[in-house]
Amino acid sequence: MSHLVVEKLSAAYGKVPVLQDIDLSIERGEIVAIIGPSGSGKSTLLRVLVGLLRPQSGSVTVAGEVLQYDNPRNLRKAREKFAIVFQQFNLFQNMTALRNVTIAPTVVKKRKPAEVEAEARALLEKVGLGHRLNAYPDEMSGGQQQRVAIARALALKPEILHLDEVTSALDPELVAEVLDTVRLLAADGMTMMIVSHEMGFVREVANKVMFMAEGRIIEVGPPEQVFDNPQTERCAEFVGRILRH
Amino acid sequence: MNYTMQFGQVTPYLGYLAGGAWVSLQIAVVAFLIGWAIGLICASVQQYGNRPARVVVRGYVTFFLNTPLLVQIFFIYFVLPDWGVMLSSYQAVLIGIALNTGGYMTEIQRAGFASIRREEIEAAETLGFTRIQSIRYVILPHITKVLFPPLSNEFIIVTMTTSLASIFGVEELTGRAYNINGETFRSLEIFSIAAVYYVILTVIVSGLLYLIGRYFFRIKSKAF
Amino acid sequence: MTALVDQLGRFFTYYNLIFIGEGFLYTIGLSAAGCGIGYVVGFLLAVLRNERIVRWAFVRWLVVLYVEIFRRIPFLVMLLVVFFAYQYAGADVPMFTIAATTLALHASAYSAEIVRAGLESVHPNQWDAAETMNMGGLAALRRVILPQSWVVLIPPAMTFSVGLIKSTSIASQVGALELTTVAKILNSKGLSAGMCYGTILVLYFVLCYSLTRFAKYLEVRLVTSRR
Repeated sequence: MSHLVVEKLSAAYGKVPVLQDIDLSIERGEIVAIIGPSGSGKSTLLRVLVGLLRPQSGSVTVAGEVLQYDNPRNLRKAREKFAIVFQQFNLFQNMTALRNVTIAPTVVKKRKPAEVEAEARALLEKVGLGHRLNAYPDEMSGGQQQRVAIARALALKPEILHLDEVTSALDPELVAEVLDTVRLLAADGMTMMIVSHEMGFVREVANKVMFMAEGRIIEVGPPEQVFDNPQTERCAEFVGRILRH
Repeated sequence: MNYTMQFGQVTPYLGYLAGGAWVSLQIAVVAFLIGWAIGLICASVQQYGNRPARVVVRGYVTFFLNTPLLVQIFFIYFVLPDWGVMLSSYQAVLIGIALNTGGYMTEIQRAGFASIRREEIEAAETLGFTRIQSIRYVILPHITKVLFPPLSNEFIIVTMTTSLASIFGVEELTGRAYNINGETFRSLEIFSIAAVYYVILTVIVSGLLYLIGRYFFRIKSKAF
Repeated sequence: MTALVDQLGRFFTYYNLIFIGEGFLYTIGLSAAGCGIGYVVGFLLAVLRNERIVRWAFVRWLVVLYVEIFRRIPFLVMLLVVFFAYQYAGADVPMFTIAATTLALHASAYSAEIVRAGLESVHPNQWDAAETMNMGGLAALRRVILPQSWVVLIPPAMTFSVGLIKSTSIASQVGALELTTVAKILNSKGLSAGMCYGTILVLYFVLCYSLTRFAKYLEVRLVTSRR
């Protein structure tokens, strides 16, 4: 059975439907990229999975376990499966890089501080920030902050890591350092769902590309198919427009 | 003493009390307008005046913002007569509230003037606007937008402070509540009703100010 | 001139000075008690009103109602209601309690708004991040949101405290022995009104202005070092 299975998932903001009948599956260690025009529901899909927006119907299964989003206890269990890195980093502004990484494992998971700190140092070292452990978010560049955010997400040891347009808020010269970090995770076999506008990068790292529009998945396939030989008109039009730039 | 709530004895006075609310509103409007004028003058002095004038205004604002309104009115009502200034209780209260809110409105309007951005005026000038036109189309719309919400808020505060007038025998809402209390001795009932009247009065005023702000100045703030 | 010197001599006697000093301390104590209780209640109200912490809309709605109503009742009227409510309940409480209760009710409604504005000044994505990491609402409030709110919260709270100190003068209407009552008593003993009210105006000013300055100083300090 696939690592993540989503069936008939629908969600709405008030009365406006934003996700309709989403079906998808991801194997362990697979990297799935979601592309599509803005407002197509890519980020919303991630927000639903991590429990920031309650689904209306459908089911989500991770490693054979069905997730419920209906009450706080189930919500907590669902969120344990995932970690998310946001477009705007969302680092806690009142904490150092190191504290940002250690806070959830110590406070939420009640693990031993010494053990967590050692892990956090290793993670920050891995994303290339071993020298900035005690820096506060506003003392770091966007690229550095985003790498701290990735380390923070990894510290939660998620089954699946969601990256929500992690390079969109960065100055062009800082994009590469973050993408390098993501490549590192890919090499480690991390299961990831990536919402991205970096088509070159998507083509390089993704095993599977999903094209979304108006809250639906229009086309799914390996990158070569979606980019070079799209099967649907909507996807062809979108890809054509993006790649021409 | 076995005290039970009895609103029955108080109901005949509800209209009389509503009349008091009307008096309160009138005092508030007059005091607010005087205070507004004071605030405008003082804020202009702080922006364009010479140093001694600015120091005087600064002193006035600092003093009135850091002492209690009630004691200010006591001073005006009981001390000024010693210096030959005789005022009726109504006048003393009005002057006290006006001077007090004038201090606050100086601060509000000073902040408003300070928020005018040079760039916008320069942009208007490069488009060929005359001085009058840039005031009419750029500065005034900006100023009203910035000042309307805090000034509305100040008006609500002034409306509530008019209750202090009752202490000096003015028969506004609270004063009339005192009067009814003297006749019926249903103290808790009558002052609770007065409190409700103030809530209703200020809610109505807030609502009106919201509508004015929305339709005349296109301010999209929440009503409450 | 001799009249003034004569008045000064009559006014600043040992006993009058003690009396004024006690009134001054009473004012400070009353303000502290009212602020203390009021701010604690106001903080709780603001927390109860926060939708990230309290999911039950009914509770939030009740808090909004409380805040909106109590912010629209003049201090004097609230004081009288509290005064007669204690009487109605048959509780024989000191004037200090009555005045402090009124101050606390008044402060709770206003400070709830101040705290709310402070909490809302922190970007919602900070809540999102905490939530996805499974931090509970209260844990997120304590560890993430509050540490970032103080900057926005403290200066207006201090300014409001100055307003509360000024409001304590209205407690003279029920005879609490604070500064304004002291001035009224001295005045009724035949001392000049100018001397009595002038003196307490100066004392109020010293108290309020030093707090205002401190608030300004804090504002600058907090902005430059937010940690």
